[in-house]
Amino acid sequence: MNHVKNLKEIRAVISRHKRWDSLFLVAGVMALMIAILTFIALFSHMLIDGMPRLSWDFFTSFPSRRPEAAGILSAWVGTTLVMLVTAVAAVPLGVAAGVYLEEYAPTNLLTEIIEINVTNLAGVPSIIYGLLALGLFVYQLGLGQSILAAGLTLALLILPIVIVATREAIRSIPVAIREGAYALGATKWQTVADHILPYSAAGILTGVIIGLARAIGETAPIITIGALTFIAFLPPAPVQAEFPFLSFEWLMAPFTVMPIQMFNWVSRPEEAFQANAAAAGLVLVVMTLLMNGLAIYLRYHLRKKIKW
Amino acid sequence: MVNEIMQTTRPGASTSSTIKSVVNNLTFRYGDFQALKDINMVVHEKQVTALIGPSGCGKSTFLRCFNRMHDLYPDNHYGGEIILHPDNENILSPNVDPIEVRMRISMVFQKPNPFPKSIFENVAYGLRIRGIKRRSILEEKVENALRNAALWEEVKDRLNDLAFNLSGGQQQRLCIARALATDPEILLFDEPTSALDPIATASIEELITDLKNKVTILIVTHNMQQAARVSDYTAYMYMGELIEFDVTDTIFIKPKNKQTEDYITGRFG
Repeated sequence: MNHVKNLKEIRAVISRHKRWDSLFLVAGVMALMIAILTFIALFSHMLIDGMPRLSWDFFTSFPSRRPEAAGILSAWVGTTLVMLVTAVAAVPLGVAAGVYLEEYAPTNLLTEIIEINVTNLAGVPSIIYGLLALGLFVYQLGLGQSILAAGLTLALLILPIVIVATREAIRSIPVAIREGAYALGATKWQTVADHILPYSAAGILTGVIIGLARAIGETAPIITIGALTFIAFLPPAPVQAEFPFLSFEWLMAPFTVMPIQMFNWVSRPEEAFQANAAAAGLVLVVMTLLMNGLAIYLRYHLRKKIKW
Repeated sequence: MVNEIMQTTRPGASTSSTIKSVVNNLTFRYGDFQALKDINMVVHEKQVTALIGPSGCGKSTFLRCFNRMHDLYPDNHYGGEIILHPDNENILSPNVDPIEVRMRISMVFQKPNPFPKSIFENVAYGLRIRGIKRRSILEEKVENALRNAALWEEVKDRLNDLAFNLSGGQQQRLCIARALATDPEILLFDEPTSALDPIATASIEELITDLKNKVTILIVTHNMQQAARVSDYTAYMYMGELIEFDVTDTIFIKPKNKQTEDYITGRFG
């Protein structure tokens, strides 16, 4: 008799506690929906406005005063080249800094201060990087309002992201693996080159791509260093017909990028330019999504060999 | 000190053998924690020496002095000496590069820790960092090491498979092969079977017994039966001190120290 009463009490307690489970379930799904629906609403709005403007010509035309003739050729070429410079500058610097902090740096106050500041740098507003770059790259180093200056600026901006991703990827390698390498008589550099870097490559690459996906949409620092808003020519091609075939003149060329092109169109009074802006935005979002997709694929693919 | 220990060891139970290493007044401290206190011991060549004692007694810390593993972490302080024969070198001396020590003395860890590489590359890694590049030499040495680790027959057709695809016991034998490939003078085992099932444990124990003809072995174990089964000499440690060191049979049948006896008979620990 006592047991039966006890059982009833237990069931009452369980059902009372389970109410919280269902409540949180509803709240969680709603929170998720708010985030996803907002994105879907924005994206579909852009899709409806911009889709009719998307055509081959839109990608191969320079901007124009006539909205129906205007395209994003100079913008997407500029964005691609700037991203290239950003990646080439940020990856070696960020990975080297991350490896140093994890594997080489002595544990002392100075290292701790540096570590805290690296994390803080990720939160510095991007316009501040723009101001820094305007003074340093554009004027001090005389790079001018060039693709090189823009790429380096964005590289600075994503450097903390790359460093943090590198450190986290390195830290996820079990101590036993690291000790296993050292126990065989490997030097620090051998351990880093043969083990640490290959095993953390997936995490590092993911961080790099997430960083680039952030950089691709940055507008403020690029405007600050003086990107053009209307440009009707392409930078010199990197591959030339004559010796020495490779040219780096494009690094110093003036340029524009996708978000600036969008900004320029949005601020025009004509209705037709709004459609152009939506179409360019669509291209930019798809570029970002593709980069994130690549990050997910690479992480999955590179981690197949590694189980920890 | 050494002589004293020599008198207390009666090599009659095992074969008499030469001394591979002498530990003189070894102390070790990290931070403020005195982990090892004045340890004196000898390691006999081509014999198995077991280090036993309750958790936290310092047996692993002691073992890791032999390949200077503590140097990887900050704030470590060695005292005393570990002399390696026949060249009479104190491997704890600040003048001796820890990398050199690790090239002479290999280690097998508690949990199997193969690299996420192929079976072949795992065993070849120690050789590669010694600058061996010739494929034929690498292949020969890898095969030898795998044979010595009793793994060759199981893996000879899939040397390019990932090491993670092996079972736990096979992974541990792979790690033993990796440690053997470079022909070490001493092989250190840090509780090598604590992550393995009883069958894999038995095969590793059998392997250790076989290996003693080729290499001097130091093994840390928390399993007293394991120490009794595989070792020729046993050291009982407690709270960072070496309480008793003797021929294994003596330690297990008639230990001289009351503390050792209590631990062996399961009254404590």
